[in-house]
Amino acid sequence: MSQLVERRLARGQIGESVRREDAVPKVTGEFAYASDLSASGMLWGDTVRSPHAHARIRSVHVAAALALPGVHAVLLHEDVPGRKTYGLEFPDQPVLASDRARYHGEAVAVVAAEEPEQARRAAAAVAVEYEPLDAIDDPERATEMPPLHPDRPTMGHGFRDDPRPNVVRHIVIRHGDPETRGDVCVEGVYELGSQDQAFLGPESGLAVPDGEGGVDVYVATQWLHVDRDQVAPCLGLAPEQVRIHLGGVGGAFGGREDLSMQIHGAMLALHTGRPVKMVYDREESFVGHVHRHPAKIWLEHRATREGRLVCVRARILIDGGAYASSSAAVISNAASFAAGPYRVDHALIDGTAVYTNNPPCGAMRGFGAVQTCFAAEAQMDRLAAELGIDPVELRLRNALGPGDTLPTGQVLTGSLPTAEVIRRAAAIPVPDPEPLPREPIRLPGGAGNTTRGEGVRRGVGFAVGFKNICFSEGFDDSCAARVILRADGGAEVHCAAAEVGQGVAGVILQVARTELGTDDIVLGSHTTASVGSAGSSSASRMTWMAAGAVRDACRAALAERDRRGGADVDVERVHRHPPTTPLDPETGQVTGERAHVALAVAAMRVVVEVDVDLGLSRVVWIGTVQDVGRAVNPAAVEGQIEGGIAQGLGLALMEEILTHEGRILNASFTDYLIPTALDMPPVAIELIEDPEPDAPYGVKGVGEPPTVVSTAAIAAALRDATGLPLYRVPVRPEHIALR
Amino acid sequence: MRIRLTVNGERRAGDAWGGESLLSFLRERLDLPGSKNACEQGECGSCSVLLDGVLVCSCLVLAAQADGHEVVTVEGLGGADGLHPVQEAFVAAGAVQCGFCTPGLVVATAALLERSPSPTDDEIREALSGNLCRCTGYAKIFDAVRMAAE
Ligand code: FES
Ligand code: FES
Repeated sequence: MSQLVERRLARGQIGESVRREDAVPKVTGEFAYASDLSASGMLWGDTVRSPHAHARIRSVHVAAALALPGVHAVLLHEDVPGRKTYGLEFPDQPVLASDRARYHGEAVAVVAAEEPEQARRAAAAVAVEYEPLDAIDDPERATEMPPLHPDRPTMGHGFRDDPRPNVVRHIVIRHGDPETRGDVCVEGVYELGSQDQAFLGPESGLAVPDGEGGVDVYVATQWLHVDRDQVAPCLGLAPEQVRIHLGGVGGAFGGREDLSMQIHGAMLALHTGRPVKMVYDREESFVGHVHRHPAKIWLEHRATREGRLVCVRARILIDGGAYASSSAAVISNAASFAAGPYRVDHALIDGTAVYTNNPPCGAMRGFGAVQTCFAAEAQMDRLAAELGIDPVELRLRNALGPGDTLPTGQVLTGSLPTAEVIRRAAAIPVPDPEPLPREPIRLPGGAGNTTRGEGVRRGVGFAVGFKNICFSEGFDDSCAARVILRADGGAEVHCAAAEVGQGVAGVILQVARTELGTDDIVLGSHTTASVGSAGSSSASRMTWMAAGAVRDACRAALAERDRRGGADVDVERVHRHPPTTPLDPETGQVTGERAHVALAVAAMRVVVEVDVDLGLSRVVWIGTVQDVGRAVNPAAVEGQIEGGIAQGLGLALMEEILTHEGRILNASFTDYLIPTALDMPPVAIELIEDPEPDAPYGVKGVGEPPTVVSTAAIAAALRDATGLPLYRVPVRPEHIALR
Repeated sequence: MRIRLTVNGERRAGDAWGGESLLSFLRERLDLPGSKNACEQGECGSCSVLLDGVLVCSCLVLAAQADGHEVVTVEGLGGADGLHPVQEAFVAAGAVQCGFCTPGLVVATAALLERSPSPTDDEIREALSGNLCRCTGYAKIFDAVRMAAE
């Protein structure tokens, strides 16, 4: 059979709505999540965490815990075999706290016991003597407070030098002449609360000693190789002695980029010589991982009377909490996108990420862009009102596109169909208001039956959001894939891309089928043991990067087979997107061609109903248009958009980590509410496929833009319904009524 | 304490400590990890099972309370000859992403369709409002329920 005919026969290629291979084991309960793993002779680990946001640790007594039945180990800071600190970007976080705890939930000791309940009791029996210290809980005052990290771990990495204490990163973007004045000016101060990723599968993993001094860790994570590169030095081991394997992942959304149990479990396993499993409960998950940065944003938009943006000035403050995590990249993103997807010749954007004793923050879907989109889109609506121009029309007049320049000086060379996205989203017909009376479940307040429709106002909002795809600012962003072609025509594909629920495993198979022209393909397990790094399942990068790597490896394998005339072949290829360069630390301007490799844009129209007497809101309908480059799996793209919107809706209406003096007050699903089946409206989706010239098959990531734009769009609809400025999300009933 | 019960049509027994939940007993003692633990507080529905045919959160039921009773978990829904229609619909509708919510939602949907074979959209939303999903935004889950109801 000729190769051409074979290719056409392979089902499930790029562009088809292919069913997930893991869907059947997931619906039957057979799929093994990290929390479902077990090994013979397995112990259970547990973590002792600081109840204080800031405290000196005077002493730790372990004897009582060790004496309890079933307990095999209690390990402290001094038991960390190698480097004592770790971190995703900067190793500023102790594996176990020694003399000081800097946040509520910081790990102080780990224990292992025969039974989970014994481990819990042992953790409770570890006697830690704390001397509580004043918590730095106000990010606006953090730079005047004593430093939490006197050694300033994030300085000297090419960032702007900022001598103030507790600065993770300060970025200034100065473009054109920021003193330029227009005919009109609108100003606003906006705030966003901290959001939790709230993935349903709590942190969990199993560490198994290999009997030769090394360890295998099976864990729910987003980036296997960067875990290994943090774990191995802390264990005092060579990288190849630590093998990280993907345990089934119950959602991630950025919250699994930082380590959870990896080092702790491996320490306990190596110490006891037995497999050790650790599973967080929901409360521990809330205090044990990073969250979305709460932010305060001051914005000034200047425009001509005709509605052309002239100058945007912004100050952005994000609270990184106790450790750096990815705050430096988040503030860079926030600053980069502060003007929205609009042309503006003059800008001054000043962004600071600070250390505090509040819950640590890091990556969450939308990563900096969510925060500034909310603020910038509110500004566009205010500007439209000030000018008497229709808000959609104002956005169209300023829509950013290829050939235009970002405030960082980057000239856009790739695809960014902002105007088309706006036009099409504005054209999706909005459903007519549903007549009254109606079932209370379809009114604000829902089953609470709080209204029959009196006091209910309808509002329609519109917003546009954009975000970078892949890693930026000179990061060497790569993904490896390995393809084995067997003599019998079958193939095996290995890629360490973390399948976190988003569907990258399916993408890998679709690409391999497309390139190899067969559907006799097995996907190897995701592990550091058999293939190079895939990079992170984050930043909307994994589809692009995995598609590139698998395509390259497949083509190389076919060429190799041709060259050898048919024998077994085994090739590995590393894919890199076009390089990016850092921003100038003084001016925030690009030092090369681009700081972001590509961008994606989405627009959204939202209808809400608000009971203005009680402040209760209901999102009635959402219509959205998203620029996706090319939809590898259209049904899966829709799923990403619907799910991304739900998270944006959560931030707009209900989700916030509440703290008092740095301590989390609502670490449970009873007190921290996420959208349920009753909260989600129907969503009308249109995809724009405008291929990204630098990406394999023209793909763009699709996971983040819906989250970026939906919080802003829902807030706009709430403003329309209530006539209130609503400067802060989540919008709570008391912001609308009973004020 | 010794617990004896029927799980997925089979007589099973195991030892539980006094405060042990049915969820933990199923997962850790009977080696049935299909029911998931995402909150242990009755808030997420990931642990949903049928206890004597009634939908319950197994994290809120003591193993001791299930002694002598009949439990159906997601593992037992389909029977030997393949998937339950609800499971088939979840696969076909693309209602599964990370899938951590899926076992609970599949059991809850089966219970819904048992008592109301052609539910309205409002009924579906209300019936599934105790099952959190963080990935899908629920749209494809509603599609799956409607598909299974047909
Ligand atoms: S685990 Fe039982 S309801 Fe969440
Ligand atoms: S599919 Fe991930 S929680 Fe529902």
